[in-house]
Amino acid sequence: MDLTLKIWRQAGPEAKGEMKTYPISGVEDDMSFLEMLDFLNEELIENGVEPVVFDHDCREGICGMCSLFINGEAHGPGRKVTTCQLHMREFSSGDTIYIEPFRAKAFPVIKDLMVDRTSFDRIQRAGGYISVNTSGNTIDANSIPVRKNDADRAFDAATCIGCGACVATCKNSSAMLFVSAKVSQFSLLPQGQPEARDRVLSMVNQMDLEGFGNCTNTGACEVECPKGISLENIARMNRDYLFASLSSNK
Amino acid sequence: MALDSKIPAGPLAEKWTTHKGEIPLVSPANKRLMDVIVVGTGLAGSSAAASLAEMGYNVKAFCFQDSPRRAHSIAAQGGINAAKNYQNDGDSVHRLFYDTIKGGDYRSREANVHRLAEVSKNIIDQCVAQGVPFARDYGGLLDNRSFGGVQVSRTFYAKGQTGQQLLLGAYSALNRQIAKGRVKMYARHEMQELVKVDGKARGIIAKNLVTGEFERHSAHAVLLCTGGYGNVFFLSTNAMGSNVTAAWKAHRKGAHVANPCFTQIHPTCIPVSGENQSKLTLMSESLRNDGRIWVPAKKEDALAIRAGKLHPTDLKEEDRDYYLERRYPAFGNLVPRDVASRAAKERCDEGYGVNKTGEAVYLDFAAAFMRFGREESHVKGLTNPSDAEIKALGEKVVEGKYGNLFQMYEKITASNPYKEPMMIYPAVHYTMGGLWVDYNLMTSIPGCFALGEANFSDHGANRLGASALMQGLADGYFVAPYTVGEFLSNDIRTGTISTDSKEFEEAEMICRDRTDKFINVNGTKSVDFFHKRLGKIMWNEVGMARNKEGLEQAIEDIQALREEFYNNVRVLGSAKGMNPELDKAGRVADFLELGELMAKDALERNESCGGHFRMEYRSEEGEALRDDKNFTFVSAWEYTGVPSEAKLHKENLVFDNVELKTRSYK
Repeated sequence: MDLTLKIWRQAGPEAKGEMKTYPISGVEDDMSFLEMLDFLNEELIENGVEPVVFDHDCREGICGMCSLFINGEAHGPGRKVTTCQLHMREFSSGDTIYIEPFRAKAFPVIKDLMVDRTSFDRIQRAGGYISVNTSGNTIDANSIPVRKNDADRAFDAATCIGCGACVATCKNSSAMLFVSAKVSQFSLLPQGQPEARDRVLSMVNQMDLEGFGNCTNTGACEVECPKGISLENIARMNRDYLFASLSSNK
Repeated sequence: MALDSKIPAGPLAEKWTTHKGEIPLVSPANKRLMDVIVVGTGLAGSSAAASLAEMGYNVKAFCFQDSPRRAHSIAAQGGINAAKNYQNDGDSVHRLFYDTIKGGDYRSREANVHRLAEVSKNIIDQCVAQGVPFARDYGGLLDNRSFGGVQVSRTFYAKGQTGQQLLLGAYSALNRQIAKGRVKMYARHEMQELVKVDGKARGIIAKNLVTGEFERHSAHAVLLCTGGYGNVFFLSTNAMGSNVTAAWKAHRKGAHVANPCFTQIHPTCIPVSGENQSKLTLMSESLRNDGRIWVPAKKEDALAIRAGKLHPTDLKEEDRDYYLERRYPAFGNLVPRDVASRAAKERCDEGYGVNKTGEAVYLDFAAAFMRFGREESHVKGLTNPSDAEIKALGEKVVEGKYGNLFQMYEKITASNPYKEPMMIYPAVHYTMGGLWVDYNLMTSIPGCFALGEANFSDHGANRLGASALMQGLADGYFVAPYTVGEFLSNDIRTGTISTDSKEFEEAEMICRDRTDKFINVNGTKSVDFFHKRLGKIMWNEVGMARNKEGLEQAIEDIQALREEFYNNVRVLGSAKGMNPELDKAGRVADFLELGELMAKDALERNESCGGHFRMEYRSEEGEALRDDKNFTFVSAWEYTGVPSEAKLHKENLVFDNVELKTRSYK
């Protein structure tokens, strides 16, 4: 198929970026979206043009490294897929495709389509863990039974891949879905209880420091989330946050 | 230098406990004065960095991804083995040890494997304490499932995302230490050179992939947790960035590479669809619990299917060849990975393959739909349900077990596996070979350690399913944090290692020269062009079936390709600032050397064992023929300049506790 690609090119964090147009032909249905970009880059290299920079790694929808805002949607058309799982059969010959980086104040552009998401790591460091040292003497794994329903919901929350689609999609650039997924995972498990209050206060505080916006319950994040993380997690985090604010000694 | 594996004396089951008790301790005050570098943040790296920091060492951790959470351990699907015997099916440390030794075709080290089986139980305890949400049953206790090559249920899992959950657990432990300032994290950094001072590993040169600058980092010990080298084949289930560079740089500085030809080709991957494909996707081995593998029994049917004139569901039972069930009635579809892969290749080479390339076989769930459906209709008390009703009920059950995998398959292939059988073909998945290490996981360079897939020690010639996660976390949480003490206890008076030495300067110069070289070639072909060609050579000659002529040819072809690469590669942009093509060029340059060593290793190993199958060494029935008399050793290769002229050191493998048998799954 023949396509017209409009791609955001930006030389560096301080440089001024712009959309550039690249016509491309010979794209096949079976290519993934990133393979289509590989194909374009091969052509650009041949023509002496610097290839387009974009983040990617596992190419099977789990590492969370790939991003891209495609035709106005995080990870492009299709639900519950990352960009690497999007295939060109979703497009038709003659289409014009707009490709931009994930945009948010807390995700500054590094180059072209690549953004800096270390703000997510800093939020996790603020409390996204259970304080247990490595030891061969932690208690036996089966000594703490966990209701299957709770374990399953904790797992569902824990499947967040930290890609940032929720932030890119949100009109407020809020990271509430991302933060609430980690808060919920531990909030639903008995192991997470001792630190639950400090955790939610600390992670939310870091989220605010990073410059993410607030949630106004639009729900776009849930729609665009490649892992289908539920809005219910935000409700749970809000409840935990309120409870912690009222009862914490801090 | 002779190889000393430093296996402790004493009975097998007591070696680790005794050794651990005898490793000299470093006092807390001294640990604070010692620096440890950890390269890679997958299961082995994250867990090691976190554990060492908890113990009090100053840790610097490096990963090339934008966050440590993205290391490729995250993509592991099926599960993690542990000898917990929660199912009361007769499992034990000894049985896990034995299965791993046998599965590895008797080419791994007894003492290391036994230690792995011992600490497997601690891993599950540790992960649950960290809040890893493993699957549970309705009583609230942990659930288990079964994997290929074993007869117990010892695999713990979190749906098809076990690797993700375990890595996020290790990442959370790492984050806790980063928050405390005990670990300094360097993301988007890649190790480009190992620095040796007085013969010991004392630091690395890392490239900041954002600024393009080379940085000097010193430490008292360097841990390489950099994964496997499957991407030498270009197409593999590895992540795009997975590479051998860190390990290869250590090799060039004196770390031996052991058994590099032992690569695992996983039988159930989605077949290659076209020339522009960049990677292959695995379909979890767990699917073989319920799916049946077949090809048409008649060649004309295979041809008709390939031409799109015949539909697989129209083929009658008697016209299908369930070749695994036919050849291996005892294990059927659940034979180990190497056996299943070779059998698929054999059928396709004979012309029975399906899909347009002729390189695919069917993985069919039709029988499972009906079997589960009948069970469900019994449970629901339905009288005389129609076949369609039974199938619908069965589909629901299969969806519950494998739903995410079926969905993934449909997304990639645009074919609905509930309606027609899946098409699968073997693909490169894991590398059992790696840096040679002693019992303490130290390479042949003092102070340089290798953990996880980067080392060679535990899986022999073939790894069993759900054992990679076990080994990564065993090395990182429970082995290396203790064993590094043996080396570091001699360094308490050393003090901080300066980076202003000639050794660091030289290492940095090497890095600069190398990157300048790539930029200055200014040839006509992209890096990927060379990587794909290397991949083709490797897949055809050093892949699932190898022979002398092919391997000799591969060595020649790789050498020629390498020369062409250095004369004709085109890397645009500059050495300053971010330049992913330049980074890729460095990785491919190292693969171009490694591939040659793999071919050499395969050529020298005149036997078939595990993932290494030499066509000259097979039985009349086509099964692998091991040669225990002449090849019960580890091949450890010392770098001499030209990869295929590396010097071979042999570590003889001694089996005191298991009897060497022909691996039979018939």
